Amino acid sequence: MNQLDTKRKDKIALKSIFMNGIIKENPVLVLLLGTCPTLAVTTSAVNGLGMGISTMIVLIFSNVFISIFKNIIPSRVRIPAYIVIIAGFVTVVGFVVKAYAPGIDKALGIFLPLIVVNCIILGRAEMFASRKSVLESTFDGAGMGIGFTLALLLIGTTRELLGSGMIFGISITSSLIEPMGIFLMPPGGFFVFGCMIALVNKIMKTKKITPKQEMGCAGCPSSASCNLSTVQEDLEKNKSEGDK
Amino acid sequence: MGLFKDLYINDSLIVASSPHRVSDVTTSKIMRDVIIGLSPALIMSTFNFGFQVLAMASVCIAACIAFEAGFQYITKRTHTTNDLSAVVTGLILAFNLPPTLPYWMAITGCFVAIVIVKQIFGGIGQNFANPAATARIVLLLSFTNSMTTWAKPSIPLFGVPAIDAVTSATPLMLFSNGQLTELPAKIDLLLGFTGGSLGETSGIAFLIGGTYLIIRKIILPAIPMAFLGTMIVFSLLIGIDPAFQIFAGGAMLGAFFMATDYATTPITTKGKIVFGIGCGLITMLIRVYGSLPEGVSFAILFMNILTPHIDNFFQGRLYGRSSK
Repeated sequence: MNQLDTKRKDKIALKSIFMNGIIKENPVLVLLLGTCPTLAVTTSAVNGLGMGISTMIVLIFSNVFISIFKNIIPSRVRIPAYIVIIAGFVTVVGFVVKAYAPGIDKALGIFLPLIVVNCIILGRAEMFASRKSVLESTFDGAGMGIGFTLALLLIGTTRELLGSGMIFGISITSSLIEPMGIFLMPPGGFFVFGCMIALVNKIMKTKKITPKQEMGCAGCPSSASCNLSTVQEDLEKNKSEGDK
Repeated sequence: MGLFKDLYINDSLIVASSPHRVSDVTTSKIMRDVIIGLSPALIMSTFNFGFQVLAMASVCIAACIAFEAGFQYITKRTHTTNDLSAVVTGLILAFNLPPTLPYWMAITGCFVAIVIVKQIFGGIGQNFANPAATARIVLLLSFTNSMTTWAKPSIPLFGVPAIDAVTSATPLMLFSNGQLTELPAKIDLLLGFTGGSLGETSGIAFLIGGTYLIIRKIILPAIPMAFLGTMIVFSLLIGIDPAFQIFAGGAMLGAFFMATDYATTPITTKGKIVFGIGCGLITMLIRVYGSLPEGVSFAILFMNILTPHIDNFFQGRLYGRSSK
């Protein structure tokens, strides 16, 4: 009886970890992580999808392996250690994309190898995988990865439709009206990105999905990865010690 | 004393105890004067390009008013279409477009100017960039072909033109391509008998309109003087014709009507001079060394973005504190 309860609880917890990354803590549209690849590669839906899936695969595997090795890695050199693990998977994904989807590889260019320093992956390693179990980390990686892919697909589709009148390379409106080329350029990327964030904020507000604490470090979604609060604690500690 | 008073009253927000004297200057009166200032250029442009100019201007003005009223209706904000600012934005945007541009593209530009640049940031007085300049840049980057197809003025107003329009290069495109021998005569530049957008043509009409605004104290001469002065000095330094540079392209329109927008320019006179110099410098750098033939709208937009920093730099001394 008791075992069943805990099992069900675990299931619910895993589901919420998974769903967290898709809407409530969407890495692109809510946490605003990984903005650089988001703006750079989303000139078409295919590119957005390719980038999203590549990042998702790296994210899941690096989360799993960092979670496995979390007790072995000394905390002082944890960032270089994480980077080595992430870089290994990025290399694998890079070769796979090069071999089976050379078009996407060409379109993504330098941004594919740059997944190594993608702050979503490093952020999830630092704030999730290094503290949680392997299973939880897998679900977190999958949720965050799908959230990232969906956001990129959404931005890419919008920009492709407005900027070249096509979706996935199939002409939709390009024969009817002249598409607005600015949406394929950086300003159009920023514009669509801003509108998507506004839209997500609007949805969150109407659905009353609000963070528990709105103010201060505790309310910040990045609080786990940012050390500002501990720095402040240290400062206060030093100050009180100095007073003594 | 008179000059000091003008600068003082125009440049600072006076906070004092009552009684206050309320001036009768309102936004709609200022905007009415701007429309009067723009009318000589509209007349010259109509004379040069025919009635399509009036049609383009009407479409832009109507679209701007409609977008402003529509946005304020949907978001339940106070309606401000009566202050005529949307009319001015529409008219200035029309001056930035080639007369043969399809109307739906012009209406897209009006949407960018009114909804995206002006209303989303809080309406009149809250926009950080010039709506017309930004809309022109968005259109130029989106519909590059249509935005750079210039009609040749054929004075079709009183005659029946054989064809709709003849395309031609603008004087600045000739300059940019190095076809210096084909540049139009000065008198054609002054009167506007050259290819270009509606407001890129007649220098004299803008000088008259700009002088009217300065006499009516709607604008201070600081920005236009610094803007055009920098262009003249730069031209002389690198040895090109300064008169051609200030009368060709949108420099006149930009200097008198777009770079003097209250909300997007520095408050202090020193700041305004820096703003004008920056505009002139960027315009000349784009024209002489850049790949685009014209850079007035880019220069104005760039300096708009720098405006808060210029204002920070030239903050006045607070009463009771030392100067540094």
